[in-house]
Amino acid sequence: MAENREFFYRRLHSLLGVIPIGIFLMQHLFVNHLSTYGPEAFNKGADFLANLPFRLGLEFVVIYIPILFHAIYGVYIAFTAKPNSVRYGYFRNWMFLLQRITGIVTLIFIVWHVWETRLANAIYGTEINFDLMATILSSPFMFWFYIVGVVSTVFHFANGLWSFFVTWGITVSPRSQKIMTYVTVGVFLLFTYMGIASLIAFAQG
Amino acid sequence: MAEKQKTIRLIIERQDSPDSKPYDEEFEIPYRKNMNVISALMEIRRNPVNAKGEKTTPVHWEMGCLEEVCGACSMVINGKPQQSCSSLIDQLEQPVRLAPMRTFPVIRDLAVDRSRMFDSLKKVKAWVPIDGTYDIGPGPRMAESKRQWAYELSKCMTCGVCLEACPNVNSQSNFIGPAPLSQVRLFNSHPTGSLHKKERMDALLGDGGLQGCGNSQNCVQVCPKGIPLTTSIAALNREASTHSFKSFFGSDYHN
Repeated sequence: MAENREFFYRRLHSLLGVIPIGIFLMQHLFVNHLSTYGPEAFNKGADFLANLPFRLGLEFVVIYIPILFHAIYGVYIAFTAKPNSVRYGYFRNWMFLLQRITGIVTLIFIVWHVWETRLANAIYGTEINFDLMATILSSPFMFWFYIVGVVSTVFHFANGLWSFFVTWGITVSPRSQKIMTYVTVGVFLLFTYMGIASLIAFAQG
Repeated sequence: MAEKQKTIRLIIERQDSPDSKPYDEEFEIPYRKNMNVISALMEIRRNPVNAKGEKTTPVHWEMGCLEEVCGACSMVINGKPQQSCSSLIDQLEQPVRLAPMRTFPVIRDLAVDRSRMFDSLKKVKAWVPIDGTYDIGPGPRMAESKRQWAYELSKCMTCGVCLEACPNVNSQSNFIGPAPLSQVRLFNSHPTGSLHKKERMDALLGDGGLQGCGNSQNCVQVCPKGIPLTTSIAALNREASTHSFKSFFGSDYHN
C-alpha cells in the first residue's frame, strides 16, 4: 500500500465522503427536519443525539476525523485541477467544476457552522436547541448564508455520490451512469427540500 | 473575369522555440476546393507571407498518415483539439484559429512533444509480450464479439486530444491521462496479454495512475476515434477495487 499511496488516499477520500460523512449528513438533515414539526419536536431529537453514549468518541470517529481528511485532501484535489468548462461545456465537465467549487463553499460553511454551534457549546457552554438556530437565522444575511451552505453541501454530496459509484466501479456502462445521474438529481432535490424547509422553520421561530 | 479571388483567413498561434513567447500571426491564402487544414498550412509553407504582406518564417507542424490514423497532426482548431488532416476548411468558421495543444511541451509553432504519452504506455506495459528464445505457438482464440469490441479500443492513435481536454492533466499533476488507461483495458482483455494483467494493474495504481481521473468525462466527448474511454476507466476502477483488495487481504499470489 505504501507504494500506491496516491491511489489509497484517493479511494479513502471517495469512501469517507459517502461513509460515514454522507450518512451523517442525511441523518443530520432528517433530524433538522423535525424543526418543521415545532420547537419541542426538534429539541427532543437534538437531545436524543446529544445524550448518545460515547458521544465524543462517536463525533471524532464518525464526523471530525473523516471530514478533516476529506476536506484537506479535497482542497488538494480541487487545486490540482485546471478547469476548462468554458472551452468544453459538456454537462459532466460543469459538474466536475461545480463539485470543486461547492467543495470549497461547503468547507467554509461547515467551519462557520461548527464554530457557531458545536464549538460554541464546547467552549462557552452555549446550549444547542431550537432557539439557538432561530436566533442565528433571524438575521437575513445568516439565513441566506445557510441557504447557500446547505444547497452547496447537498449538491456536493449528491454529485459526489455519482462519482463514488464510478470510482468504485459500480456504474461502468454509460447507461448505468446516466440512470445514476437521475438518481442523484433526486437525492439532491429531496435533501435540498428538507434542508431549506427546516431553515425556514427555524427562521420563522 | 475580374472576379475577386476567394481567400481563407487563418490566425495561427506561433512560437519560435520551446522557451520563447507565443504570438499570433494572421494569414490570408487563396481558396481552393476541398482543402483541409494541412493543405492550408502547405500553402503557407509554399509562400510564407502573412496577411500584412510581410515575409515570415513558414509555420511548422507535424504530420504523418494524412488519414486520421497516426495522430501526429493534432492541434487546437477553433478551440477544439482535433486532427488537422481530417479538418476540412469548408466546415470551419473563419478566421480559422490554429494553436498547439499546450498540455504538451511546444517544440515549435504547432508541433508538440507527445513523449509523455509514449512513456506512459511503457509504464503501464501496453503491449503483449511474445518474444522469446523459441516459438511458443499460437495463442488462444478470441471470441469474434470480443475481437470486434477490442478493435474499437485498439483504434487509439496516441494523438493526445483526450489529454488536451482533460482538466486533470496539467502541470500541477502527474496524471497519465485517459489514453494509456484505456490501453491497459485493451491489453488486459487480450487472451495472451491477460497473462500480465497484474503487472499492468500494479503500474496503473502507481503515482499518476487511474486515481487521477476526476470524472469530467471530456475525453470521451473529444476522442476522434469514439473510443469509450470513460467506460474503460470505470471498468478499470472495478478491476482496481478487487485488485487492491486481493493485494491487501488476499494470498501471496493473484493475477
